[in-house]
Amino acid sequence: MLREFQIHQPDTVEAASTLLAEYGLEAAPYAGGTELLLIMKEGLVQYRHLVDLKTIPGMNDLSLEGEALVIGPLATHRQLERSALLRQHLPVLAELEAGIANARVRAAGTLGGNLCFAEPHSDPATFLMAWGASLVLGSAAGRRELPVEDFFWDVLQTAREPEEILTAVRLPLRPTTVRCSYQRFRLHERPTATVAAVLELQDGVIASARLALGGVSPVPRRASEAEAVLRDQPLDEEVFAAAAAEAGRAADPVSDIYGSAEYKRHLVAVLTRRALEAAVDHPAGEIV
Amino acid sequence: MLRGADERMRIPIRLSVNGQNVETLIEPRELLLDFLRDRLGLLGAKRSCDMQVCGTCTVLVGGVPVSACCTLAYEARDQEITTVEGLGGDGKLHALQRAFVAHAAVQCGFCTPGMLLSIVALLEQNPHPDREELRRYLSGNLCRCTGYWNILEAVEAAMRESEAEAG
Repeated sequence: MLREFQIHQPDTVEAASTLLAEYGLEAAPYAGGTELLLIMKEGLVQYRHLVDLKTIPGMNDLSLEGEALVIGPLATHRQLERSALLRQHLPVLAELEAGIANARVRAAGTLGGNLCFAEPHSDPATFLMAWGASLVLGSAAGRRELPVEDFFWDVLQTAREPEEILTAVRLPLRPTTVRCSYQRFRLHERPTATVAAVLELQDGVIASARLALGGVSPVPRRASEAEAVLRDQPLDEEVFAAAAAEAGRAADPVSDIYGSAEYKRHLVAVLTRRALEAAVDHPAGEIV
Repeated sequence: MLRGADERMRIPIRLSVNGQNVETLIEPRELLLDFLRDRLGLLGAKRSCDMQVCGTCTVLVGGVPVSACCTLAYEARDQEITTVEGLGGDGKLHALQRAFVAHAAVQCGFCTPGMLLSIVALLEQNPHPDREELRRYLSGNLCRCTGYWNILEAVEAAMRESEAEAG
């Protein structure tokens, strides 16, 4: 049985933020609950107030705004895997969403909840980091936008202030010369290790590369050492192999119940090579 | 100051469970699984892993499978809930249940309600999944008797039967 708490049903971001500020550490924003209710049931946290963000209209909308695809943070994984707009503009992300945990988690869990909870094995966090997405945080005091890379601080720790609410995930639209892939290895609900690759090609040469590793260390991180190996290089098996080896070498893995540090280091190298190959061979992206 | 039981927050909700209307007061902390089992006496959904992994507490909310063990009863307000007790009707089994019986897809039976509801929800969305799709989808429902093969056979038999009826 859960400890007693109250549910609040704000209808604006400002109202939700005001409630969070008023109740401070006794309150938590409540979205899909897939992570929050687990730790509440375990007694790891005790909140007296849940602020239900689902009662704020429009928080799960998807739209195109100028040169960006904007995803409302309350969009569930199920909604995203089925979104025609996402399938059209970023099918790799739609496929990523379709492979999260299981159908029940995808039905309840939201993209924003996943990001704000900051579980180290989050699937979308890693891809969004490689893609160069940004997050918009709102509160009664105003709004700010920050790159995904600046959002994750540590296990379950983010840059979000207690009274702030994630109000949008912004994904810049990229030209077709940009290719991407997301690779994961998982035996359980959460992946052991994941690699997201985003390559910008120019005349058969890699003009720029962004690689992100997930599940490996406490927060998703860029594999900048491997990115440097790829820059200005041709699309070549040996280049990919060298970058993959560098990604594995420079990874900073921690052991956890999903695998040992050494095992993850090996996975990173394998998944990086696969991600690079898939990104090139499948412009629309593919998830194995 | 300690708060007494009478100050607990209660929320009036209205929902439909297996086609029957329910109007009641709930506490925010009530889980859907406890609400169904302890207050409505519907024992089909089971508590097992208690963390959205095993699928034995699966119920449908508006036709969509959720883990009742990790869903607040609050989320069922104004929704249509289906539990295994709501499959079939008039004392008859649902076609999928008949196929489970015919193909010995039930061993200890603990996972069966969740399996049935998950599959019913899948077939509603995608009436002709191939075996790979079925396997991938059902990877979220665990059968510790490991009777997966017969479950897949039963689902495919039910699909053939429904096509034959339709055709």
